Amino acid sequence: MHPDLPLFYTFNFYVFGIVAVIAALLFVTRKSPVAAAMWLVTTMFSLAALFVMLDAQFIGAIQVLVYAGAIMVVFLFVIMLLNLGHPSEVADARGPGWKLAAGAVGVALLAQIFALTRAHVQPQVPPGYLQRQIQFRGVIAPVAGPLFHEYLLAFEVTSVLLLAAVVGAVVLGRRRMATDAG
Amino acid sequence: MLAEALFFSAVLFTIGVAGVLTRRNAIIVFMCVELMLNAVNLTFVAFSQVYGVGGQVFVFFVMTVAAAEAAVGLAIIIALFRHRQTVNLQNINLLKG
Repeated sequence: MHPDLPLFYTFNFYVFGIVAVIAALLFVTRKSPVAAAMWLVTTMFSLAALFVMLDAQFIGAIQVLVYAGAIMVVFLFVIMLLNLGHPSEVADARGPGWKLAAGAVGVALLAQIFALTRAHVQPQVPPGYLQRQIQFRGVIAPVAGPLFHEYLLAFEVTSVLLLAAVVGAVVLGRRRMATDAG
Repeated sequence: MLAEALFFSAVLFTIGVAGVLTRRNAIIVFMCVELMLNAVNLTFVAFSQVYGVGGQVFVFFVMTVAAAEAAVGLAIIIALFRHRQTVNLQNINLLKG
């Protein structure tokens, strides 16, 4: 364990992590799409708490705003627009073959990621670097600095991506035009 | 807390993969993909403690792509529902030979 971190911090980190994992398990196993979406919102809130505890306050805030707020509202909106709120009559879960495949893939992935986790990480910045940045420059400036200098091109290209997504969503979502139907 | 964060991230990602493989409801499969993106975001934030703030900037871009993906993907699901009156992936087999 980490002797330099207070017990309160460690305890809460584990609490939020375990809440996230349990909510994710409930999310995958729920039959009703609305209940699944609610559990996914719980997972995302717990993840936001983890982000804040990992010195990423700005990311935690936009996690709540964008993911738990905007994206999940769009999901719930579509579920209710299509009237899918009740569990479907047809079996939602796939057959035993798929479940076995999912279990095998899951075990393989977990083994792989645990092996990676145990690998030694060579720190590129001195310990406590982020805390000092936040202390001296505030919460947003350490993220905004690289975003508008080193990653400026990616930031600008993102606006084109969003424009394309808006146009695509409108084109896909509109009703068929009268000329096509007639 | 790097190892613990990576552990939770790995478990969440695996749950997402299992959900994609075992569910037939297109919207729930889509939400599982969002869960996988979130798990990777947790990895980025955890590594930003030892590699600098670049990871947090990358999370910002991942969230933007996820928002765009949700908008377009849900529009596709609505279009599919208008066409077939279902979101069950078993019944969506237009490209099947």
